[in-house]
Amino acid sequence: MTDPDTSRRDRLTGTRIRDRRMAAGIKQADLAARAGISASYLNLIEHNRRRIGGKLLIALARALDVEPSVLNDGADATLRAALNAAAGPSDPGAASAGPAPETDRVDELATRFPGWTALIAGQQARIEDLHADLEALRDRLSHDPKLADAMHEILSSAAAIRSTAEILAGEAELDPAWRTRFHRNLHEEARRLSDRATGLVAQFETPLGSDSVIRPVDRVEAAFDAAGHHFPAIEAGGAAAVPQVLAALGPLDAAAADLAAIWLATYAKDAARLPLAELEARLDAAGGDPAALLAGDMPRAALILRRLACLPSRSDRAPFGLAIVDGAGGLVFRRRADGFTLPRLGARCPRWPVYRALTRPGQPEDAVVSVPGLGLFRTWSVAEPVAHLGFGLAPMAQATMLVRKLAEADAATGAGAIEVGPDCPVCRAAPGLP
Amino acid sequence: MGGRILLVEDEANIVEALGFILSRDGWEVRGHGNGNSALDEIERLKPDIVVLDVMLPGRSGLDILRDLRGAPDTAELPVLMLTAKGQSRDRDLAMSLGADAFLTKPFSNAELVATVRDLSARIGASGGR
Repeated sequence: MTDPDTSRRDRLTGTRIRDRRMAAGIKQADLAARAGISASYLNLIEHNRRRIGGKLLIALARALDVEPSVLNDGADATLRAALNAAAGPSDPGAASAGPAPETDRVDELATRFPGWTALIAGQQARIEDLHADLEALRDRLSHDPKLADAMHEILSSAAAIRSTAEILAGEAELDPAWRTRFHRNLHEEARRLSDRATGLVAQFETPLGSDSVIRPVDRVEAAFDAAGHHFPAIEAGGAAAVPQVLAALGPLDAAAADLAAIWLATYAKDAARLPLAELEARLDAAGGDPAALLAGDMPRAALILRRLACLPSRSDRAPFGLAIVDGAGGLVFRRRADGFTLPRLGARCPRWPVYRALTRPGQPEDAVVSVPGLGLFRTWSVAEPVAHLGFGLAPMAQATMLVRKLAEADAATGAGAIEVGPDCPVCRAAPGLP
Repeated sequence: MGGRILLVEDEANIVEALGFILSRDGWEVRGHGNGNSALDEIERLKPDIVVLDVMLPGRSGLDILRDLRGAPDTAELPVLMLTAKGQSRDRDLAMSLGADAFLTKPFSNAELVATVRDLSARIGASGGR
């Protein structure tokens, strides 16, 4: 059976030849003569009614002074992915009004209008960057305790002023001693409000894109997300390919590039210790079950979990999410997937198995968790000491948790699920203070 | 009308203004500004109604509310929560923990008096404490 994508690409080769010929101002008959074919045959090719390849394609490419691949391949994969992303959700119900983008004609678009195509792809990249900024800001607004405290203080001042002013304005027969007292309170509270508001504004004056709002870690995470957390060049070429992959991650400032280099070096080290082919083979042998995979190789549990989160994307399996936390519960690394996320800032739910794993280094845990509004996730967690190893040194632990969304069909698994909140600082389930 | 209200709120000027308003409405009002010792103060004063701020030094009002609901003596004690963040999350949490009423800062004195009267009527309707 012919892959419809391939056959469409073959057919479009003719369009590309025609466009190139016309752009170069060459007559059909002249090009046909240079390639050693009749003008009528070239006409059929140019209208995508004859497939071509091999020697003839090379001859036409030479006559047009281009690489044969330019005529044959059409839009490259990255450009095609960007255009498809720009076309929006595949769910037609979610699309905006008007005709749907003709995603099956992406190659044609890219061939005919390279300038417009580059513009669309560029705008799509910009939109994705803005989304990342927006999410980081939203993360900050909902989880930054300093901001929440500042808002509370301001609104408390406003409450004091409002209540006091209402008394002063509404009580005609107010005792003079009370009146003096409330006037003094009003004055004091107004000054406090002014100080608090100034403080809050100072927090917001931090320019967007600076480290305190969108930090290097957010920029690197966005770049890794865009790459699907899988780097074929490193899988094939090891640590030597890191600079090339780093450059391909897109423009990163110095701080973000340093961090990305560290993450990629870890990736390369992990890939060397557990090559992709071995991982895939062992995952297949384990029936796709990470728990079975871990059971046979416990000393490398954390490595296996990290590697599983870097598998190439495949239509027959959902991607894994990953969270690595340090001994203080801080998020060291995160791969979001299928709704799974842990907030980078502020309060997090201690019931996530990754935090429980911290208390039991070396002991893996396979648990199902239920997140309100998001559904069920299966998790595999393990903690291991990562630093300060040696006599007389207290080890520092790091916990790794692999996460995969469970399908609706697996809802029965949810019976014993651990209920976790996305970010609940206080909830019924929390033990409270001793 | 009447009885004892404890305002657990660390902003002295709010305590003073609300204390004045509620006293004029016939209540005996006490203020307490620390989250850590709020439960002891409630135990000592045995108020009829508690007005509880969410954000307090020492301990959150939501933690205090949960403990109140967990203890037999105070499981039914009417609690009016003061939330300030404008976030529905605080309100949802307080609701799930068993708060009886909410006010979002800043509020009007009339709203406060009406809410407290409403709580008081509910105590009366359920046979008092």
